[in-house]
Amino acid sequence: MGANDLNTIGQSVRRKEDYRFLIGAGQYTDDVNPPHHTHAYFLRSPHAHAKIRKTDTSKAKAAPGVVGIYTGADLTGVNGLPCGWLITGTDGQPMKEPPHPVLAQDKVRYVGDGIALVIAETPDQAKDAAELIDVDYEVLPAVVNPVDALKSGAPQIHDGAPGNKCYTWALGDKAAVDAAFAKAAHVTKLDIVNNRLIPNAIEPRAAVASYSRADDGYTLYVTSQNPHVERLLMTAFVLGLPETKVRVIAPDVGGGFGSKIYLYPEETAMVWASKRVNRPIKWTAERSESFLSDAHGRDHVTHAELALDKDGKFLAMRVHTTAAMGAYLSTFASCIPTILYATLLAGQYTTPAIYCEVTAVFTNTAPVDAYRGAGRPEATYVVERLVYAAAAEMGIAQDEIRRRNFIRKFPYQTPVALLYDTGGYDACLDEAMKMADVRGFAARKAEAAKRGKLRGLGYSSYIEACGIAPSNIAGALGARAGLYEVGEVRVNPTGGVTVFTGSHSHGQGHETTFSQVVASRLGIPIENVEIVHGDTGRIPFGMGTYGSRSLAVGGTAIIKALDKVVAKGKKIAAHLLEAAEADIEFKDGKFNVAGTDRSKAFGEVALAAYVPHNYPLDKLEPGLDETAFYDPTNFTFPAGTHICEVEVDPETGVVQIVDFSACDDFGNIINPMIVEGQVHGGLAQGIGQALLECCVYDKETGQLLTGSYMDYAMPRAAHLPSFKVATKVTPCTHNPLGAKGCGEAGAIGAPAALMNAVHDALAAAGVKYIDMPATPHRVWNAIQAAKH
Amino acid sequence: MSVALSLTVNGKAERAEIDPRTLLVEFIRNDLGLTGTHVGCDTGQCGACTVLIDGNAVKACTILAVQAEAAKVTTIEGLANNGEMHPMQAAFKECHGLQCGFCTPGMVLSAIDLVQRHPNADEKKIRAELEGNLCRCTGYQNIVKAVAQGAAAMRR
Ligand code: FES
Ligand code: FES
Repeated sequence: MGANDLNTIGQSVRRKEDYRFLIGAGQYTDDVNPPHHTHAYFLRSPHAHAKIRKTDTSKAKAAPGVVGIYTGADLTGVNGLPCGWLITGTDGQPMKEPPHPVLAQDKVRYVGDGIALVIAETPDQAKDAAELIDVDYEVLPAVVNPVDALKSGAPQIHDGAPGNKCYTWALGDKAAVDAAFAKAAHVTKLDIVNNRLIPNAIEPRAAVASYSRADDGYTLYVTSQNPHVERLLMTAFVLGLPETKVRVIAPDVGGGFGSKIYLYPEETAMVWASKRVNRPIKWTAERSESFLSDAHGRDHVTHAELALDKDGKFLAMRVHTTAAMGAYLSTFASCIPTILYATLLAGQYTTPAIYCEVTAVFTNTAPVDAYRGAGRPEATYVVERLVYAAAAEMGIAQDEIRRRNFIRKFPYQTPVALLYDTGGYDACLDEAMKMADVRGFAARKAEAAKRGKLRGLGYSSYIEACGIAPSNIAGALGARAGLYEVGEVRVNPTGGVTVFTGSHSHGQGHETTFSQVVASRLGIPIENVEIVHGDTGRIPFGMGTYGSRSLAVGGTAIIKALDKVVAKGKKIAAHLLEAAEADIEFKDGKFNVAGTDRSKAFGEVALAAYVPHNYPLDKLEPGLDETAFYDPTNFTFPAGTHICEVEVDPETGVVQIVDFSACDDFGNIINPMIVEGQVHGGLAQGIGQALLECCVYDKETGQLLTGSYMDYAMPRAAHLPSFKVATKVTPCTHNPLGAKGCGEAGAIGAPAALMNAVHDALAAAGVKYIDMPATPHRVWNAIQAAKH
Repeated sequence: MSVALSLTVNGKAERAEIDPRTLLVEFIRNDLGLTGTHVGCDTGQCGACTVLIDGNAVKACTILAVQAEAAKVTTIEGLANNGEMHPMQAAFKECHGLQCGFCTPGMVLSAIDLVQRHPNADEKKIRAELEGNLCRCTGYQNIVKAVAQGAAAMRR
């Protein structure tokens, strides 16, 4: 094998992790069974809003197999769960942060709110005992819709949040926007609902908490995307334990999509209780519990306006959004409809003035937080629906109106705080149009019309901001955490390399992509690289995986650590080769003396570092183990155009996706196969939102009506087409990999592409507007309504 | 109260005394320690728990363990032969038909059942037949590709 074969950057290397998953040897949290463990069950509120008059656990405590039962009253000295981002309102006041108790104290605020932790010898015994707990509720009226929650006379959910308002926040120059609207030739206005979604990773949340009297320490296995953040929040903010006493392990995790970022009450209560019962405690959510208690996504109600000149140039945008927070503030809830939403409203366009006002509202529902895309799908949906409607109203072609407004000079400072470093929006649009055969569309539409079907074509030219950064700016905007990442490269004496990363893989394939990066840089075979993640007992303090950041931020930290390894290796090699350090170059796995054929292999240098017999011990420490923390200087800005073609049957309202073409710019790509897989998955979730999925709570009772896979429509194989995907590359300018991130793009771009296609198709039937999801029922109704 | 159960799992005879209400998936995971069979829902909708019973795909959360009395059960752990993956497993790897891996055991076993019934299934057929298996990661595209490729390999 030549040295160049070891450079696999840009190759679809098959995944290292697949073998264990394919033979059933993955180790997920529910597969962890410590000896002598007990089982937990959480008694949850059946009411959306109620006072707890009295809780009687005496009968339950006497039930067979019960090991311990704890309610909110038992958790003395335990604080509420914190929110990680402080938003300051337009009134200069901090957002309202009402307590988020680990178990309900005096009141329950959504169906599924935790009342008691029941621990027993078997899961069935825990469940049976929970039924014996007597809770005396005084049921209160509930409110589940964010707009209703703001109305006067709405039920008050928290004493500390009058009018159910968490904050009103704004971004942009209102006066400039008002002035631009005043002189606009055309104004497009839309009222938009961004439907609430339930993330539904196929692995339900789970935890196994153990306490050891030997060291007064705790071990928590948990389905987490970021074990260090979990540990920090749990110990320092809630339980008051030293961080050193809690080890958090996120082993193989079966999908996250945001829902496993957060510190949840369940594992917090279990860690606390594991010392009380002095036995390991295991809990795995049933799917119905996941529906009730996982943090949900989206749930925005928006009024948006776009001002244009007579040529279709965008002059200004005005957006008002009411965003549901749910019953309590989940870990990052507050920054989603603000920092990750309003800042994206420039999209790919030169709109000179933008103003966005957001009111965040408590409702009697599960908490809402980041779900794949987190704020950016909502922003894209607003922008791209406006662009579609404006073009349709003004009689401008959909591609043309985009081209008239594309940003083409970089870096570009938007009026909503972001500085785009690079991009190439025309290239993605052109390619997507080719892939979608836009030229042939008119003929296809005519042919479909002959069959009585309505065809539509929809565009979505989205942008996202990934690798959220830099820490100091995020801090100024309210982040209560750092946003760097860590990588440690430990070269072993025999030349194998163990990499410890703060990023966490729950399907993204880091073990492969990161190995490619390391192996290619060091000129060693991929098999010689081991990636370790997800264990606070093994990795340095890292921030985990969310916001498509793993390669751009986590990968860069690894690159920086590799640079240090190479730099030290050069010193060692210089000694071994009796040459000047400045003359040593590292290439293809060898340290060479420049201009000579004298060299030392990477493995020889590694061995010398650990067996330092011939070594500059007076000048250099032994060992070859380097750590780097990387704090990005800017966000990265993946962008692209998605084009969707649909055929609607006006008799049934069924929307069929005929074609979906996506051309994305993720910067440089390490493993195209993995990137395509990420795009496919994102598109499926985006299409799910637009066509199928919708979380519904009963307006009166606050009961979750879509609480199982029988009621909540998940995308299945037959719902989806084969996607056409392609990429264009403008490398990110501020990280050494030139990578931007690809995990969320599909979910961000797809909903608007699909809904614009649906609107394009339904225009022939006189339908002006429908909301997601475009179910047959909704489409058929809209067609009927348009007839009258 | 417990009942006697005897069956064959991955070629090995198993005997146990179990609570009669034990689901097959619970028996496989908890009593036999075969944790490759996953549980993703409580309504028989996700297919993560799929195993083969006498060669046919069955959702192991929808039947009691005692209903598998005397049956031959194959779980994901029983597919590879001396460390060499079954052609369907190999196709999933080759086609990137898995991401988080949680739905994967059920997908692979459903796919084998599908191919046994429809050796020449086209894309449309494969998509329709995967109706009972949810995947939240892959968007199904590479799963469909893997099933087609695995089918071709199984025909050989
Ligand atoms: S766990 Fe059996 S179908 Fe979901
Ligand atoms: S690979 Fe994650 S659910 Fe299918």
